[in-house]
Amino acid sequence: MEHINWIHNIPFFSIFLAMLCGIITALVKNGKVAFKIHSTMVFIVFIMSVILLLSVVKNNEIFTFMMGHFPAPWGNELRAGPLEALMAVTFSLVMLLTVSGGAEFVFKDVVEEKQSLYFIMLNALFGSMLALVYTNDIFTAYVFIEVNTIASCALIMAKGTPQSMVGTTHYLVISLLGSGLFLLGLCILYSITGHLLFPQMKEAILEIIKTDQYRLPLLVVTGFMFIGIAIKSALFPFHSMLPGAYLAAIPTSSGILSGLVLKSYIILGIKLIYCVFSAEVMHTLKITEVLFVFGLAGMVMGSVYAIRERKMKRMLAYSSVAQIGYIYMGIGMGSRVGMTAACFHILAHAITKTLLFLCCGSFVENSGGKEKIYHMRGAALRNPLAGIGYTVGALSMIGVPLLAGFISKIYFATASVYSSGKMAAVLIVLGVSMVLNALYFLPSVIAIWTPEKGKENKPNFSVSPLFAVSIVGFVILNFVLGIFYRPITRIIQMSIELLAQ
Amino acid sequence: MNHLGTNFYEAVSVILFGIGFMNLLLQNNLIKKFIGLNIMDTAVYLFLAAKGYVMGRVAPVLTDGIIDAYYYINPIPAGLVLTGIVVSVSVTAFSLALVQRLYKHYGTLNMDEIMRISREEEGE
Amino acid sequence: MEEKKKLWKHIKAWVDGEEVILDADKYIITRSKKVKKDWRRQFSVETIKGNTKLYGFLSVAISALFIGIMLSVVNDLPEFGNPSNPVDNEVMERYLESGIEETGAVNFVAGMILDYRAFDTFAEANVLFLAVMSVVLLLKKDKQNYSEKEERENREDDFFDENEKRPILKIGGKILAPLIILYGIYVVLNGHLSPGGGFSGGTIIGAGLILYASAYGQKKMQTFFTFRTFTLICVGGLLTYCACKSYSFFTGANHVGFEIPKGIPGNILSAGFILPLNICVGLIVACTMYGFYALFTKGDI
Repeated sequence: MEHINWIHNIPFFSIFLAMLCGIITALVKNGKVAFKIHSTMVFIVFIMSVILLLSVVKNNEIFTFMMGHFPAPWGNELRAGPLEALMAVTFSLVMLLTVSGGAEFVFKDVVEEKQSLYFIMLNALFGSMLALVYTNDIFTAYVFIEVNTIASCALIMAKGTPQSMVGTTHYLVISLLGSGLFLLGLCILYSITGHLLFPQMKEAILEIIKTDQYRLPLLVVTGFMFIGIAIKSALFPFHSMLPGAYLAAIPTSSGILSGLVLKSYIILGIKLIYCVFSAEVMHTLKITEVLFVFGLAGMVMGSVYAIRERKMKRMLAYSSVAQIGYIYMGIGMGSRVGMTAACFHILAHAITKTLLFLCCGSFVENSGGKEKIYHMRGAALRNPLAGIGYTVGALSMIGVPLLAGFISKIYFATASVYSSGKMAAVLIVLGVSMVLNALYFLPSVIAIWTPEKGKENKPNFSVSPLFAVSIVGFVILNFVLGIFYRPITRIIQMSIELLAQ
Repeated sequence: MNHLGTNFYEAVSVILFGIGFMNLLLQNNLIKKFIGLNIMDTAVYLFLAAKGYVMGRVAPVLTDGIIDAYYYINPIPAGLVLTGIVVSVSVTAFSLALVQRLYKHYGTLNMDEIMRISREEEGE
Repeated sequence: MEEKKKLWKHIKAWVDGEEVILDADKYIITRSKKVKKDWRRQFSVETIKGNTKLYGFLSVAISALFIGIMLSVVNDLPEFGNPSNPVDNEVMERYLESGIEETGAVNFVAGMILDYRAFDTFAEANVLFLAVMSVVLLLKKDKQNYSEKEERENREDDFFDENEKRPILKIGGKILAPLIILYGIYVVLNGHLSPGGGFSGGTIIGAGLILYASAYGQKKMQTFFTFRTFTLICVGGLLTYCACKSYSFFTGANHVGFEIPKGIPGNILSAGFILPLNICVGLIVACTMYGFYALFTKGDI
């Protein structure tokens, strides 16, 4: 009997725990109880993921976990390494903080008898994100993409207003288009490789490149899969679903969707790059170059749209488009350094954007439900904690030192040195986009701190303890990532090395 | 390689996919839009089913006690199609429910009209 | 002093992101509004959509391009029905040759989706569950989704269901619904022996329930099938599924525990977990299908 490492069960446990809680919550009628079940589950997953992360970093390993009695080409598999564990830790931590901070919005905006349904969707969404991170099988990835789509659409429309329905329809149609393309790519890929699991597919693809048979199908398939993932993660020309959906959804949903859901697809994309298509093939097929160009375009255009925007949530949505552009630019550099920067930016954006959305939700609430920025004047004075949170988040997005966003920009700039021919483009666009970021974030920060005549400008908005904890937690996390970033980047570098082997 | 003549199931399926896609882009009626999405899904299933077939073999259910891989067709695409159909049924149900809610409020199924009214309500 | 005030106003307007503040200077308002409008026209997608002809042409062009690319891909794909294609490999061989021994299912597809690749199927059952829960979230009556008119229509429907004769529908439903449901149960129970299984059988059962409900009205249906039973059956089925599969994943991956006896292939009580899993899936699907119907028509189960 071989030695069993019990820690290897953690990916399986976390996914099943999340799904199980999703199922059980259907029996619960009270939203408060459902909230408690949800947060306990996420907390347990967080603890388990930390243990997993420590273990894989200590052993410097990537392991596969057999789902069932049958080994690789026959049964499903999960696969976890430092990158997956780090993402699971981040996802669970951000989820925990966002939902505990945003619970009051849920209890206020969702009809009482349907609150528990909201938490079913949250649990399922969390389970599917973990599965997308851990999966080692392309069809499992597709099925969980669909779980993710339905759950995220349900989160958007949970508010029940007509606007949210319109936003959801838009979001649903575009993301179904993305998953349809992914499915088509998957089918063609299956028909030319004959496998569904990542490692076996990779071997078959390397064989295809060698023999030059099926080269055109391979190119088209790669294109389709990455277009599908780009649509799902709202890369620049496909971003039109975000603003309407984020504006109409409750702030908790918007935060989770922009901070985590988009990221889970990017992680899936990174796994596909390294574990299925392999970096060299991506490079020969010029897919990375295309991603790079669209990333750059997204960085600028997202910010341009954001400057034009008058509503704060839509502005944040467009800012997400710009930040997704940063991540794709890092991936598109095609070097391991660029990938490290992209992964770091995933973490930085996850903790910052959720913070911004939560604070924005609080401003909207204390400005009488008005969404436009000039209605929010003095909002930060009415709720100073949220004001501080928003300011820190905005400064981090602009790239002020000591905050998370600064470090990722430094990493992008450093990475550009290593990729020949792209350095000038990266540095110029990075500079332009930082200025543009400042152009739309600073006015909003000034606006919320400016007192307005004829309105209450004193702190009068009661802050629930959970909201305070979550805002403080996010602010601290921002500073931690901005100051003690070394260990995290080391983990990311290590995991990229391991993945690329 | 020149398999367009033999691969006509696949050819038909990609044409269907294109038609579904065009439907999705051109139709303003929401229900027709979702029918377009369904056509796209169905096209993919046709593609998969065609890819699973092997000339001269029988369906993958044990017949006459013969256990031999060269007697049956590939069972994997069948399983994938089954999963895909269930997914597409769920998504269709969800989207039609959305359409019902939208119709109740806006009284129209035209997406442009709905966008216009919602923008007016939003006060832009 | 005047200059300074003006500058300050401008900065304030920039901070607020609005030109409304500049009401002192009407000329600027009109001009800036015009400029803004033009700018939007250049960039926004909606205006392209507004230009129907261009939009239609673009969509047709994109679709045609797509079909062209795909046809050339199809041209390069492995030949239809050729036994030496890449999909004809060791994976398929093992499913077909050792499938009966390893899963006990005579239907290889059932063995594949419920044993070899059961994780996908678990996620798939979850998709269905989530879909029905989101339809509940959307359509179940609450204070946001409620209108006097609908309520009146529903009451009228109930009245007609009770008092109208409808002999063809009612007698047909009485005879056919039990037969359809029985056939569905047969398909579910024989999922590991013949084509069919939980998903197809469950749909058939659901069709029987829908026929009964449309003949006799949802009021009568509610005497034995309420929202509570619906949730209990769905959750119970999924929980059993989850428990069975967690057991087999856990024991399989860690090489512990004992295996479920497979029985004699071809018997009804064989194939380990596949029969109970098929029953669970069948129950979930039947409830889901009926649930969709009920929620779409009445907004309640």
